[in-house]
Amino acid sequence: MNASTYQAARVAKFARRKRVNQVATFLALTAMVFGLFWLFWILLETVRLGLGGINWATFSQMTPPPNDEGGLANAIFGSFVMVGLATCVGTPIGIMAGIYLAEFETKSLLASVTRFVNDILLSAPSIVIGLFVYAVVVSRFKSFSGFAGAVALALIVIPVVIRTTENMLQLVPSGLREAAYALGAPKWKVIMSITLKAARAGVITGVLLAVARIAGETAPLLFTALSNQFWTSSLGEPMASLPVTIFKFAMSPYENWQKLAWAGVLIITTFVLVLNILARFMTRSKA
Amino acid sequence: MSPSLSIKKPRSGPMADRIFGWLAKGAALVTLVLLVAILATLTISAWPAIHKYGFSFLTSTVWDPVQDEYGGLVMIYGTLATSFIALLIAVPVSFGIALFLTELSPAWLKRPLGTAIELLAAVPSIVYGMWGLLVFGPVLATYVQQPLQAMFSGVPYLGAFVSGPPVGIGILSAGVILAIMIIPFISAVMRDVFEVTPALLKESAYGLGATTWEVVSKVVLPYTKTGVIGGIMLGLGRAIGETMAVTFVIGNFNQLDSLSLFQAANSITSALANEFAEAGEGLHQAALMYLGLVLFFITFVILSLSKLLLSQLRKAEGAKT
Repeated sequence: MNASTYQAARVAKFARRKRVNQVATFLALTAMVFGLFWLFWILLETVRLGLGGINWATFSQMTPPPNDEGGLANAIFGSFVMVGLATCVGTPIGIMAGIYLAEFETKSLLASVTRFVNDILLSAPSIVIGLFVYAVVVSRFKSFSGFAGAVALALIVIPVVIRTTENMLQLVPSGLREAAYALGAPKWKVIMSITLKAARAGVITGVLLAVARIAGETAPLLFTALSNQFWTSSLGEPMASLPVTIFKFAMSPYENWQKLAWAGVLIITTFVLVLNILARFMTRSKA
Repeated sequence: MSPSLSIKKPRSGPMADRIFGWLAKGAALVTLVLLVAILATLTISAWPAIHKYGFSFLTSTVWDPVQDEYGGLVMIYGTLATSFIALLIAVPVSFGIALFLTELSPAWLKRPLGTAIELLAAVPSIVYGMWGLLVFGPVLATYVQQPLQAMFSGVPYLGAFVSGPPVGIGILSAGVILAIMIIPFISAVMRDVFEVTPALLKESAYGLGATTWEVVSKVVLPYTKTGVIGGIMLGLGRAIGETMAVTFVIGNFNQLDSLSLFQAANSITSALANEFAEAGEGLHQAALMYLGLVLFFITFVILSLSKLLLSQLRKAEGAKT
């Protein structure tokens, strides 16, 4: 083989490698556009179809029977109550468990097992949580109730809060802890007023993300809180929630129900995305 | 400002510490108890069905609440088929997104683009469901299913996949929507593991004249292999457990007569969502609980695998630094 053909082969090979690289780069760009495309399409349609159903009545009137005027007031209230209650119950447990993993026995067997189980619960199908709460709460008390719905949602909050609390506490420099110990502070005080305070923004972020997650959860409410056509503030009765109402209305053939469902979708999506963006801003200013 | 020398007793003794420690430990135990309780409760509630059918439940296609005869194969098939389609679409796309975010994107765009993809995961599944049923389904029917059907209808084997009514409801639509939903999970994991590749390795490859694609496919990918598979498993676990989006678009029809991807079908999650609240106590409910148990078991295994693979990568990384 003489030098010039060798040289030509090298150039050809280089051109081929460059071409492959160009194709791969282009495909990566396409994938990126493909991913963003869905986000924009979904948001666009949600706004386009949802805005028509948003007016004062949506927030002030009860869910209507088919082909009648009405709003989503009871569903919004029900969601608000159950999400609020679930957050109040789930957050302290999640934070305490996160503290245990980050501050107490970071390397013990119990901690590793807890971490493992927690990660699995984090991604476990939420409908299974619904089944569990049905068997434990609903079938025992023989009634669907807002209380059962709140329990189901709280069980979803816990793993999310545990995960973020642990991660955020681990970011706190140990010098802070040691300084506090050196001053003679007891462990609980060090954790509550030094490390947890230092990690506050991150922990709140976790709670916000948990709220965002459960606000849109439908599956665990289907057979715990069920739904209710009327306003109820009693946790012992079936309670309407925005996601379950959307599910019921969207599957129906009635035009007014579908319109309200789109309005509900717009409300939930806006709420969830705002919370998510807020949460991101909080950690960014910290970092 | 008179310095007092009297030594105060500490206001909180070791007792407070001990109580705090117990509380923290108790909270951690809650998660363990929860997992065990879920497994136990599902098994107990499903016991009548487990006792009656045993494992033949998993291979029977009969689901007839009127005759009180139950088998789960139709739903299990629906769940697996939709998740498989979802992975088929989501894995290459997520890889592309992760590649773009780690190697190609200008630095100032990384953050906003990454956030946008993550927001895709934040959109509640019911929104996907409604959008899928009322917006995406009809589009898929007109622009994808009908042309595909026209193209392949006479072809042996392939024809069977595209038979059935092209109405935008069924296994294919559910699979595509699941794909969109799991892309953010898989791409986030892939991006994160790509970023743990030591810069030294990558820069050496670039220094030898490797192209971006060669660096990614011959350096980054082999280095992060386990992590990438872990991420795919995580996505698979998500897809299998996803409920509302699938329930909207899969059609909720118990059939396994054809291989068609356009045919309405059923999945474990959508059977639960649709039937459970109305199912009377007894065998029907027990059979649904059995399905729930199967679902939980499958996701448990897949997520455990995912977790193991991901932690293996972390361990390797720890060993090298």
